[in-house]
Amino acid sequence: MKDGVNGVALTVFIIFFLAVTVMGFYAARWRRAENSDNLDEWGLGGRSFGTWVTWFLLGGDLYTAYTFVAVPAAVYAGGAAGFFAVPYTILCYPLVFTFLPRLWSVSHKHGYVTSSDFVRGRFGSRGLSLALALTGILATMPYIALQLVGIQAVLDVMGIGGGSNWFMKDLPLLIAFGVLAAYTYSSGLRAPALIAFVKDALIYIVIAVAIIYIPIKLGGFDDVFAKAGEAFSAKNPDTGKPRGALATGPDAQWAYATLALGSAMALFLYPHSVTAVLSSKSRNVIRRNTTILPLYSLMLGLLAMLGFMAVAAGIKVKNGQLAIPQLFEDMFPDWFTGVAFAAIGIGALVPAAIMSIAAANLFTRNIYKDFLRPDASPAHEAKVSKLASLLVKVGALVFVLTMDKTVAINFQLLGGIWILQTVPALVGGLFTRWFHRWALLAGWAAGMIYGTWRAYDTPSATQDHFGNTNLIPFIGEKGYIGLTAFAVNVLVAVVLTLVFRAAKVPDGVDATRPSDYTADAGDPGVRTELPPATAGAPGGH
Amino acid sequence: MSEPPASAPPADGRRKPVVTLPMVVAGVCLAIPFGAMLWVDSYARLKPAFIGIPFFYWYQMLWVIISTALTTVAYVLVRRQERDRKRGGRP
Repeated sequence: MKDGVNGVALTVFIIFFLAVTVMGFYAARWRRAENSDNLDEWGLGGRSFGTWVTWFLLGGDLYTAYTFVAVPAAVYAGGAAGFFAVPYTILCYPLVFTFLPRLWSVSHKHGYVTSSDFVRGRFGSRGLSLALALTGILATMPYIALQLVGIQAVLDVMGIGGGSNWFMKDLPLLIAFGVLAAYTYSSGLRAPALIAFVKDALIYIVIAVAIIYIPIKLGGFDDVFAKAGEAFSAKNPDTGKPRGALATGPDAQWAYATLALGSAMALFLYPHSVTAVLSSKSRNVIRRNTTILPLYSLMLGLLAMLGFMAVAAGIKVKNGQLAIPQLFEDMFPDWFTGVAFAAIGIGALVPAAIMSIAAANLFTRNIYKDFLRPDASPAHEAKVSKLASLLVKVGALVFVLTMDKTVAINFQLLGGIWILQTVPALVGGLFTRWFHRWALLAGWAAGMIYGTWRAYDTPSATQDHFGNTNLIPFIGEKGYIGLTAFAVNVLVAVVLTLVFRAAKVPDGVDATRPSDYTADAGDPGVRTELPPATAGAPGGH
Repeated sequence: MSEPPASAPPADGRRKPVVTLPMVVAGVCLAIPFGAMLWVDSYARLKPAFIGIPFFYWYQMLWVIISTALTTVAYVLVRRQERDRKRGGRP
């Protein structure tokens, strides 16, 4: 498949990587506050980002290198089923528009750094907040690991990192990783925010070129889809089933719809999305972003088309993840291949940095401070968070180097299901205090257990999709397991709330007031920049 | 408009939720994409193609643009209502 090192591409790749590294360290000085030794500064970039920075940050955060490799890879593998990523990213923005401004307001008013901070304040329950924090950390770790898989795919195709000696083989990845860890440690959220500009500019250029240049080379979209249709209808000699289809069949429509809906509901509850949202400077920055972020969805749709082009171009790879990098290398001149690979590589660094910061914030605020050191000062919190971000990254690295890639992918599938189980407490909590805290905890546990068990029990469907996408194994009705588990979760929460209310089980203290959920920067009681003292104080009073 | 004497400070946490026509319209705008995208049967076919791209794909990408337009309408409506309420609530 590969024939030696692609020197030109590698040189271009290294130049971009160096430029980004300089930016990452420089970011520590960008928009620097007077007192930067607290979590609001390191972990949320001073809560100061406007519409455009937030747009790049969220775009860089949600549309990751893994997405860019995995979505076309899913289309390459099975056709239409992989395209659910498009309705998924369409549906998430109306949802975001409805509930995230409320989370922003209440977090800004009370100095919440994580979504678990909010849950603790709203329901007066450290246990519930701990459960959600652990869910967030667990779901984020494999996601970081997958970003590294994305870098690995690019390095593989460039012909480096394929040696027989294990140290030489992993050295490029280790270097990329060490650099990432160093500037995240020193610059915090400002580093990915600044690098995201480069990442997105590169990605947009590469996609625009790819979507025009490659079809012309392949004889137009008509030919691309004709060839892809042929390839997909060819039956697999082992199973007797066709490889895929150009449009979802009647029996796959439920799966398509529930996957889109379930994934859309989960996307913005991932800790790294919440971190990016809370770093914006006003409520309207978020709303405005829901009207400009779909540009990335359009890009994602075009990107998915590359999967068909890879089929039409006759790309044959054992590992579906390599299909798109291989397509680039086959189609583009060497120097532009370098640009494209740099886009994917940098596209992995930005989310990996944000994810590790988000996981570190969760650990610091909802485990370390709540349970181990309640008297931690803001400076101490920032220090713990920095160290935790290193630890999270090292964990992800070990994960990638020691275990099979499919393990990371399987865990990331589970992560989606798990995050979905935080919806009742988080989104429910943003609108109503009706739910009882212990009922929410029980519902969460039920959803987690049910979802994990069902997912574990349905391995064959993952095989059908070559286990390389966000796709989740199907259940009897062929729907998304995460969504079914969510239904179980809500049912348990509702029933137990009624029971606990009837039994008069003590409900926690609500530290928030209705007006907190609509407060905006500039309103009385909401300072544009929070003083560290408030941010460090425990959520409740 | 004169300032309402007691209800002015929002600090007591009792702003009345207001259901107005623009808010309903905004809600409908946000709900429409769900109907369109979850009804997979309405677009699970190949024809008519657009510059060679089967219907299934270009239709969903078209909805990215439609839903963006709808969200923008909702944004403008909500923003306007918030401004009006602020102006009415305090000087």
